[in-house]
Amino acid sequence: MYSIVDRQELTKRDMISLTIEAPVIARRIRPGQFVIIRINETGERVPLTVAYADAVNGTIKIIFQVVGKSTALLASLPVGEAIKDLAGPLGAVMEFENVGTVVGIGGGSGIAVLHHLLIGYKEAGNRVISIIGAREKALLILEDEMRELCDEVIPTTDDGSYGVHGVVTDALSGLVEHGERLDLAVAVGPLVMMRAVCDMTKLYDLPTIVSLNPIMIDGTGMCGGCRCTVGSETRFACVDGPHFDGHKVDFDELIRRNTTYSRDERMSLLSSVRRG
Amino acid sequence: MAERVEHDGAVVTGAGLAAYCPSCREALTVLGPSGRDVSLHLTVRYGDETGDLFLAPSAEGGRRSGSVHLCGKTAPDDVLCPHCGASLVDGQRRCRACGGPRARVLVAGVRQARLSAFCVTAGSVSALSGEATPKPAERESRHRMPERDAVLRARDFAEVTYGFDHGLAVAEAARCLSCKKPKCVEGCPVNVDIPAFIAQIKEGDFVGAARTIKKRNALPAICGRVCPQDQQCEELCTLRKKEGSVAIGALERFVADFERGTDAVAIPPRAPHTGKRVAVVGSGPAGLTLAADLVQLGHGVTVYEALHKLGGVLAYGIPEFRLPKEVVEAEVSYLRHLGVRFEVDAVIGKLYGLDDLFAEGYDAVYLATGAGLPIFLGLPGENLCNVVSANEYLTRVNLMKAYLFPDYDTPAPKGTSVAVVGGGNVAMDCARTALRMGSRDVTVVYRRTRGEMPARAEEIVHAEQEGVTFRYLTSPVRYVGDEQGWVRQLECVTMKLGAPDASGRPRPIPIAGSAYLLNVDLVLVAVGAGPNPTLFSGCEGLERSERGYIRTFDDAGRTSLPRVWAGGDIVTGSATVILAMGAARLAARDIHAYLTAGQTEWPTSGGRPA
Repeated sequence: MYSIVDRQELTKRDMISLTIEAPVIARRIRPGQFVIIRINETGERVPLTVAYADAVNGTIKIIFQVVGKSTALLASLPVGEAIKDLAGPLGAVMEFENVGTVVGIGGGSGIAVLHHLLIGYKEAGNRVISIIGAREKALLILEDEMRELCDEVIPTTDDGSYGVHGVVTDALSGLVEHGERLDLAVAVGPLVMMRAVCDMTKLYDLPTIVSLNPIMIDGTGMCGGCRCTVGSETRFACVDGPHFDGHKVDFDELIRRNTTYSRDERMSLLSSVRRG
Repeated sequence: MAERVEHDGAVVTGAGLAAYCPSCREALTVLGPSGRDVSLHLTVRYGDETGDLFLAPSAEGGRRSGSVHLCGKTAPDDVLCPHCGASLVDGQRRCRACGGPRARVLVAGVRQARLSAFCVTAGSVSALSGEATPKPAERESRHRMPERDAVLRARDFAEVTYGFDHGLAVAEAARCLSCKKPKCVEGCPVNVDIPAFIAQIKEGDFVGAARTIKKRNALPAICGRVCPQDQQCEELCTLRKKEGSVAIGALERFVADFERGTDAVAIPPRAPHTGKRVAVVGSGPAGLTLAADLVQLGHGVTVYEALHKLGGVLAYGIPEFRLPKEVVEAEVSYLRHLGVRFEVDAVIGKLYGLDDLFAEGYDAVYLATGAGLPIFLGLPGENLCNVVSANEYLTRVNLMKAYLFPDYDTPAPKGTSVAVVGGGNVAMDCARTALRMGSRDVTVVYRRTRGEMPARAEEIVHAEQEGVTFRYLTSPVRYVGDEQGWVRQLECVTMKLGAPDASGRPRPIPIAGSAYLLNVDLVLVAVGAGPNPTLFSGCEGLERSERGYIRTFDDAGRTSLPRVWAGGDIVTGSATVILAMGAARLAARDIHAYLTAGQTEWPTSGGRPA
């Protein structure tokens, strides 16, 4: 059993941060890797990318948005409760090279994963800029942590309540137009956001790494549910990824594949609400 | 209600209970003419007229329907089995209330079948009056295990076969010739002393028989259900070409279930501790067998499992209706009692590498991670929604219990018309699972003919009975999707058989211009599995074959790394449960010799890759 030692509500709505005791995983996990959580005996296996690992205290931090039954249940667990299963670290280990200037682009709960990745790029000696976006100011997470880590932070909000009025790609094009020399982009967030970023960075000829979140069961290469097309090749996100060259990813296919169980997910949520 | 009590009891054949004929052991529990009620199917005779009678339990005490007009309480002259025609009437007693005949049927109980007698006129009542099971007909031909009616069983996940009852087991055991040189033992990859345990069954010593098997095989209830006996022990049985092989698998299952059901499971004496520790990677058939062997020899054994449930393919792959998970859990719990330690959620290669395991103090490591990487055909449209690997489908349904969705949170893909690509056991499991998940048409697409299908004979027959359609000499070439990206059709070509290929089976050759479209909304791809790469990220220096499996240098499974053995599907590629167990048995013997002899060198240099 893996105990929850800290719980934070990062936004007023539905962004939760949980710190979970998992000493071995905390020691082994590298930025960008993920874990699979099963909350209880009837639960799903939920893949969640780790936002921060504390090897000294033996804890990992996961940050997620409540989107369905499992995340709602996870969000309801108080400090001291334990989750039944936690498997990891999963996913390929990323190489962090010193390329010069790295721009990180994060949206929603993806900002948490981006933060972990940017730690890797910062440690490799890169200059790091981050663009973090949300619908409104109240939903923007980890701004302070990003400011501490990055050389420059550009927040954006869709409604203009804070930072750049617009979406993350507006801030990215702004950066480029101001003559900023960028060597690598790292985008983590909703698929449509990552697709938009990649469409733009293709024009700038800027290499882009994305972190994919396909449907997964075991997370160890066994089911093939997470397969996606990368450069006309089928790859398994769980063992080959979840990070890929964004310019080669077939986002449209992945967006379609991720809707496979939308109806079931609604039904699952409804039935659990009915049962209370 | 009062009327019901007056008659002598009848059988309630609701969910979970099934009745079958005491003579031929065919299922009498079927889906009634209404298509809704589970009913007891009997043939009744009034004078010269015979007809079908369906008794369905209901709150009012039984609803009757059938081809004969059944007036009030008029008792029939005779009640017959609709399959073999044997009379089911209890000659000794009649119903105390109406004086009508009492029919006797076998009812499958939790542990054993029981004989129950009831008044046919009354319809249905509650209590089962237990009587001694009658001896089955003495015959020279092989006895079949009672099976649930195909239409009924294809609607739920309860086990298909009921296993032998005492009478059938003894009658079947009596067929064994006790050959002086038993070929069957040679056919068994773990060399169970088959004639010895069958002789014990003849004498009624069922628990003794179970223990005889357990000396060689720690998982008899599993093997009795999933071994391809028809290609192993039973194939070599002297009686095979005469009256049919002795049903060795069914007998093995019977004694294992008997021992478990009567709480007679005993923990055999364990050798004194050797102080040596062995890490086993993977809790499938190979890992469990090796763990059982070594722990009994006095070594400390820990099994690491990447998933949250133990059993490997037994847990995620083989469906509930073929291998109830309760059976797997019971056999795993037996190993726990033997002293084996288990760690779940431990992804070796990620959480720990081989170096970490040796640093933890293990003296030997056994790699038995199986062939867990699903193979796809590489056809256009393969990533459309609802094109799913067999592994994913079965894992969702078995491991994650999607058949209980939404009580369990994991859903499974649904389809009205399902195509299953492949002809092995996994393909049969997928097809039969799809029927149970509510699919209307399930078609197995296989590129050779029925004779070449690698699936166990019983699985093919069961699939056919349950209504799976087979398209032989058919190979898929393309998936066709709709605008939303969901699969809608499978384009297939017809094949003909050519000269034998490397596998010794005739090579299928596409017939030009034979392409056609099959309408489907779910495709399950069951064309095999490859070596899962997850393990290898933590195993530097481990040599692998061209196909990516672990290279071993002798029959015991020694690898290129000192103190590391491997066995099962991760060495051979996809095979069977019992072959993996056979490999583990050899490895266990070698590991034991290595650990106790205090050897330090790793003599593989002169070896040949096995």
